[in-house]
Amino acid sequence: MIKTVISTELPVDEHLLIRKNSISAGSGKKRVCVVTGTHGDELEGQYICYRIGSILQENLDCLDGTVEIYPALNPLGIDSITRGIPSFDLDMNRIFPGDPMGSMAENTAYNIIEDLKGADLVLDIHSSNIFLYEVPQVRINQLTAEKLVPLARYLNLDFLWVHEAATVLEATLAYSLNALNTPTLVVEMGVGMRITKSYGDQLVGGILNLLRHLGVWKGDVPEPPADHRTILSTGGTVEFINASASGVFIPLIRQSNQVEAGQSIGRIVDPLRGAVLQEVAVDQPGFVFTIRAYPVVYEGSLLARVYREDNA
Amino acid sequence: MKRERLFVMPSPFRDEFRIHGFRFGSGRKSLAVVGAMRGDELQQQFVCSRLVHTLQDLEERGELMPGHEILIIPSANPFAMNIGKRFWAMDNTDINRMFPGYALGETTQRIAAALFEHIQGYEFGVQLASYYLAGDFIPHVRMMHTGYEDVELAKGFGLPYTLVRTPLPIDTTTLNYNWQIWETQAFSVYAGHTGVIDVATADDSLSAILRFMAMHGLIRYRSHPGYYSQVVKEEDLVNVKACRAGIMYCMCKPDDIVRRHQHLASILDPYDGSVRWEVRAPVDGTIFFMQTRPLVLENSMLFRLIES
Repeated sequence: MIKTVISTELPVDEHLLIRKNSISAGSGKKRVCVVTGTHGDELEGQYICYRIGSILQENLDCLDGTVEIYPALNPLGIDSITRGIPSFDLDMNRIFPGDPMGSMAENTAYNIIEDLKGADLVLDIHSSNIFLYEVPQVRINQLTAEKLVPLARYLNLDFLWVHEAATVLEATLAYSLNALNTPTLVVEMGVGMRITKSYGDQLVGGILNLLRHLGVWKGDVPEPPADHRTILSTGGTVEFINASASGVFIPLIRQSNQVEAGQSIGRIVDPLRGAVLQEVAVDQPGFVFTIRAYPVVYEGSLLARVYREDNA
Repeated sequence: MKRERLFVMPSPFRDEFRIHGFRFGSGRKSLAVVGAMRGDELQQQFVCSRLVHTLQDLEERGELMPGHEILIIPSANPFAMNIGKRFWAMDNTDINRMFPGYALGETTQRIAAALFEHIQGYEFGVQLASYYLAGDFIPHVRMMHTGYEDVELAKGFGLPYTLVRTPLPIDTTTLNYNWQIWETQAFSVYAGHTGVIDVATADDSLSAILRFMAMHGLIRYRSHPGYYSQVVKEEDLVNVKACRAGIMYCMCKPDDIVRRHQHLASILDPYDGSVRWEVRAPVDGTIFFMQTRPLVLENSMLFRLIES
């Protein structure tokens, strides 16, 4: 059933509509929410919403509970290829839990939280931005790791990154919901403005697996490949590799690569002079879970994130 | 005065990115002033440029007081201003959400880190700031409530109001917040407008900074004594929101004193011109902020009032 969560009048003959598809069957009381589209340039979640919606609706006899799908928390952003809310300065994922007395965006954030809170699980799906390619991964604030890592494992993604807490992240949707005792997992995968179907299929399988664990899904679940393993970051360190030169980055690997010590992962070149400005290599062996997607870089632009096990 | 290059970064396709500072005097690090960090902070940069000009004049006349070092940085983001964008041109990140910066981090983190290195350690810090909502303010000075702030000092600007904001998580990466945490008394001076230059309000902001400098013995300067600044907590402002969307037809302006139920604006149907909503003042007060876009969305912030 399609429900309108938020309807806000726009100046000329239109409403800003945030909608969800609420799919229920059986007698189960659990509610799982799949949300995406907070950032208007992140589209990987659209494929997930479509696939989960279609699988559940075609197999209602296997569903025991409620799954709610929110494809677009920021519909104006998605429609205008705008990362944030058009005409609003702040990142929508930095204004939660919102404010009922605040501006339109803050009011919207408040009402989104009101609609989601109390769910048994929320999956908040992101796809980096246009600059970076991410392997399918779950990001978990270390403050909630004990509770969320066991749940995240059911998603069968490639990487679970337990990251440090930061005050500025206290205004994210996931932090705000977790603070309200609504378990929320953040998925990052792929790249902005694109859909990576293979990653999407991997996550759809993981979501069904998680739903089965929660007792909400009794149907088939695709098995991950026999050699698949999920890397948990708590056994090692994450290294950020930033550009030392401004130029054009040419990647020499794809993400999801195991790299050796000294291996070149790309180079920054100067198209005007036909010169190499920086050879980008890793110091130690590791797992590249983020790689630069947008070629133009400035000094400091993030080129890669590499996970390295402590005993490597 | 010494004009210095504080930060230089090559660009793949444009000229070098440069941040320039203008240093006056020597001795105790007394005051740092930062102008535009966003590309549409024209008024802020204009005020800063006027400040540099005025201090040069005072220097020539021997009216800078000895023993004080003053650093003025009119622009930390000329790349955005030159192409009419508000944020960092490449990735749309906001330098003023990157403090204290990180010298080994992302590009705008590096810019913030370099800037912060140069402006740290001053007794006073002034940022000419803009607001995240488009609109006009009564010129005022703003401080973060961090526990380190000294609100009495802010009165030295002689602006009509001193606004104290309790920081939200998103504020913890702003310059003002971090300046205070690193023991600089930090003030954000809101020069009324963003995206345009209004000479009258720019003059008010310039006078306020010069007044503050004279009060603290940095310059010899005679000026109007200014206002006895009223301290207002941001949470005490009364928000007036739009109950309907449409064309906003405004009947008042910032600094107007209004009565409860007074008609402040009408929201008109953009098709037939009929009145969808009459915006009325919920309390007696003064209009502190007014949004300036001709089209308004439902629930958007139209006015913020200081209750009488």
